[in-house]
Amino acid sequence: MVLDGKTPSGPLHEKWDKRKQEMKLVSPANKRKYRIIVVGTGLAGASAAATLGELGYNVEAFCFQDTPRRGHSIAAQGGINAAKNYPSDGDSIERLFMDTIKGGDFRAREANVYRLASVSGNIIDQAVAQGVPFARDYAGYLDNRSFGGAQVSRTFYARGQTGQQLLLGAYGSLMRQIRAGSVRLHPRTEMLDLVTVNGEAKGITVRDLVTGEVSSYAADAVCLATGGYTNVFNLSTNAAGSNVTAAYRAYKKGALFANPCFTQIHPTCIPVTGEHQSKLTLMSESLRNDGRVWVPKNKDDKRKASDIPEPERDYFLERKYPAFGNLAPRDIASRAAKEVCDEGRGVGPGGRGVYLDFANAIDRLGEGTIRERYGNLFEMYEQITAENAYHQPMRIYPAPHYTMGGLWVDYNLESTIPGLFVLGEANFSDHGANRLGASALMQGLADGYFIISYTIANYLARTTPGAVTSDHAEFLKSREDVACFTGKLLAINGKRTVNDFHRELGRLMWENVGMARSEASLKSALSLIPRLRAEFWENVKVTGTGSELNQQLEKAGRVADFLEFGELMAADALHRNESCGGHFRVEYEMPDGEAKRDDENFCYVAAWEYKGADKAPELHKEPLAFENVKLAVRSYK
Amino acid sequence: MNLTLYVWRQKGPKDAGRLVRYEAKDITPDMSFLEMLDVVNEGLVRNSDDPIAFDHDCREGICGMCALVINGIPQGPQKKTTICQLHMRHFKNGDTIYVEPLRARAFPVIRDLVVDRGSLDRIIQSGGYISTHTGGVPDGNAILVPKNDADKAMDAAECIGCGACVAACPNGSAMLFTAAKVTQLATLPQGRTEAARRVCVMTEEMLSQGFGNCGNHYECQAACPKGIKVQFIAKLNREFIKAKLT
Amino acid sequence: MLPTSSVGRKLVMAATGQLMVLFIILHVLGNATIYFGLLNAYAAHLHALPPLVWSFRLGLIILFSFHIFYGIALTLENNAAKPQSYVMRNDLSATFAGRNMVWTGAVIGSFLIYHLLHFTVQVTNPALAAAKHMDTLGRPDVVRMVIKSFQDLGIASVYLLSMTALWLHLSHGIQSSFQTWGLNSEQSLPIIKRAGAFAAIVLFLAYIAVPVLIAMKIVR
Repeated sequence: MVLDGKTPSGPLHEKWDKRKQEMKLVSPANKRKYRIIVVGTGLAGASAAATLGELGYNVEAFCFQDTPRRGHSIAAQGGINAAKNYPSDGDSIERLFMDTIKGGDFRAREANVYRLASVSGNIIDQAVAQGVPFARDYAGYLDNRSFGGAQVSRTFYARGQTGQQLLLGAYGSLMRQIRAGSVRLHPRTEMLDLVTVNGEAKGITVRDLVTGEVSSYAADAVCLATGGYTNVFNLSTNAAGSNVTAAYRAYKKGALFANPCFTQIHPTCIPVTGEHQSKLTLMSESLRNDGRVWVPKNKDDKRKASDIPEPERDYFLERKYPAFGNLAPRDIASRAAKEVCDEGRGVGPGGRGVYLDFANAIDRLGEGTIRERYGNLFEMYEQITAENAYHQPMRIYPAPHYTMGGLWVDYNLESTIPGLFVLGEANFSDHGANRLGASALMQGLADGYFIISYTIANYLARTTPGAVTSDHAEFLKSREDVACFTGKLLAINGKRTVNDFHRELGRLMWENVGMARSEASLKSALSLIPRLRAEFWENVKVTGTGSELNQQLEKAGRVADFLEFGELMAADALHRNESCGGHFRVEYEMPDGEAKRDDENFCYVAAWEYKGADKAPELHKEPLAFENVKLAVRSYK
Repeated sequence: MNLTLYVWRQKGPKDAGRLVRYEAKDITPDMSFLEMLDVVNEGLVRNSDDPIAFDHDCREGICGMCALVINGIPQGPQKKTTICQLHMRHFKNGDTIYVEPLRARAFPVIRDLVVDRGSLDRIIQSGGYISTHTGGVPDGNAILVPKNDADKAMDAAECIGCGACVAACPNGSAMLFTAAKVTQLATLPQGRTEAARRVCVMTEEMLSQGFGNCGNHYECQAACPKGIKVQFIAKLNREFIKAKLT
Repeated sequence: MLPTSSVGRKLVMAATGQLMVLFIILHVLGNATIYFGLLNAYAAHLHALPPLVWSFRLGLIILFSFHIFYGIALTLENNAAKPQSYVMRNDLSATFAGRNMVWTGAVIGSFLIYHLLHFTVQVTNPALAAAKHMDTLGRPDVVRMVIKSFQDLGIASVYLLSMTALWLHLSHGIQSSFQTWGLNSEQSLPIIKRAGAFAAIVLFLAYIAVPVLIAMKIVR
């Protein structure tokens, strides 16, 4: 099947307006007859639920956290891009579009990216109106900073907590709609199944995480805004609760999963300290502006950093990439760090870390300047590691932190299941094979505030409101399936804990489907994952019952899905015989270490269809046509 | 290091609950407090015991989901640090640690260390926002905000809604939480239009949600992991007086 | 008209509290007349103006009533909002004084009744009543009553203990009232806190000076 992205025809800058004109509307009087389910209350989910509620629809909003204010969008630090061109430095919608397409290594749909760039400015206006305290200059105007992958200053920020502030803005709007009665909130409720009736999405089955009760909600359309799947690696910068379950179960119900192998690794995270580790913490990449990355020349050098004389240090980024040095692009820097650690030259506990040394910069600029530039980061580093980075080098290591892949959606954000819309990081649409910094917040809010309200109406206008109730046989079956699934998990009573399996899966994925993948490593993953999964279903131990707050049970369900999803990721990575963006295959490398794309054979979106428990998923392709940009080798030189 | 824990265990809202003693063995200084609890829990699961239920999510100090009371201090003994960022190096081998849930009438215990903080959401629902509509708003730079005001609003906006202030307050008051939101929005020109109504309805909602009154003990400020200041409560009070006088 | 909101009722507490602080400052200045032998004259002057005395008394009764009523109401609400305490309690900033306002308030209230019966109605120790003993100028001999009373160590210690309660009450109450009025900034709060605590000590010392000096036979 060749997938149709349903992109409007006509010139790029007229496409979205044209689509808005074409689409059907739901009249104000009829809106309240329609019920819409929104799963997830991060930026995309909260903004969508608030907007749809305000328009007059009946919205049911679900989140597994205790309140909608905790979605992991809250952890985004840097900022949000918008083509406002306030600094008059040459920015424009076209330039943001170009940067995003190029940053995504030409694996995103042109029309989607253009639309994203064109609504970016509205997001800032919206957030300002909500009272998001963006940074201002002394005259009271909005301030901008520059960010990686762009030559203009287009990033708006609220200290180091931009994600938090934007989410709280959306959360405020959502709270207002809850009080108004248009949105009903279901916190501590986890979606465990998508219910389709005659092939259309008509509801979800959930588990109340407090009482354990399994119930269903019927609706006229379902929006998933359930985030990314980086926790398939176990250790990542994502929240402990972030999971693939909602998206994966929609996939099992027929939604295609697009480009699952496109994952992003961030080079400057705080390394793992031991087996117990539950989380990796990201530090701003700006640290590499003044820090020098090195490891000892000799293997297993246990001396303190300060005791290793200059000639015995290997400044490997400066050595390998003399032109870029320590500022080599994210993926290159990450892979180089992994290589030296694989050689046994890594530093710190476990040997999985490289030094990021500020000694030279402090000599050159003085400690005061460094403190001014990175003081908060040094503090955060000290809080976690108890090491003073002014006196000894920091230790850093790459960590997974964003997933560009996700459920396949067309231009209207509708998946291959009619009535199922997917928003934010959960869909695959806008970032191609690699996401630029400060673009995740932009996409989540664009989808939720400015796109879904138009496109969902177009679907709803063609349906009869309230056509299906949760008494329908499909809902009954869904509830039985979910109850059976949790029952099965509780009945195993094996020997290994859920975390134990998650750790092993994470290691396996990181080693074989991590930042440098090879045919051999992927094949090995494809043989190891099913074995681990089989063991999981025989040997996992989940205590307690299903009819109470049971955090082990929650996690077991998520890990069970990761154990299937990991295989899909590896299969996608194995099929894509090229390197592009976050997907790096060691077989396809330019002499300078950059990714070697194969536009002739892989200029498409790979969307996978679930074919059954023991069957290989089927690949569908959506060819990517580039009418407005010329495919070129991505280069930041 | 080895530690002795006394952890509050409570099956459900109706259970009386009690402290149960656990030995946490082979804890390393690099673990966070939550990772230490993970280790204890894995041991419990292996012995077919019920693990300790506790809330957590981002584990980087920003989502506000984790919040426990350690030795009587909500969010633990490290100043301006959430539990997930509290590392075990701040404890000594042989220490005895009391772990209790956040306590307040407005935060009923769900299980063990997990409490229901929905009452904070309901305070926000009553008016903790600016009533904008999606779309149809002026350009971001059409509203000028003096830098000092933007900075002050941001200081107040840093609240993560963890509820430590309520748990620390001898009166179970949510005044710091409410004041932070009132201050953020009242300091920005966009928020002035609704400022008078907002301060009145939010403080009213605070009472009807079962929170107590501010006793000016400043325990909230001392416990707050984000350094939210009690001056915001003074600001709320000023806004309240202003609202009643106009 | 009567406030029902949280902040509104606390404003009543702050306003009545601050006015009563003004009253106790006036009162302690009045007390000081004893050192200069002017107490009997001061008392006679006051009682020569019944309308003034009675309107003053009425005002004070209203202040006290509001302060006590809302104080109890707020405390009951606050206790209900915190039904269960921590097994391991650990105060970082709350003080003994702050946590026990209602109890120190109760001590002060009870003392007030005793104090009125003692020195105003003069029924607790009828033998000492000033109304029955005139001084040489024919005025009620308040000085004699005060000195004879405080020579009784029992009475002196009741006053001493009650003034300790007042001290604790004010050491939290003064700074608290400023915060309630919103008269605080990051710079001023620590100053107001210290100033409040200092004022409470000064008032405490000023009040106990009379009974202590008399009991120690320094003032006779």
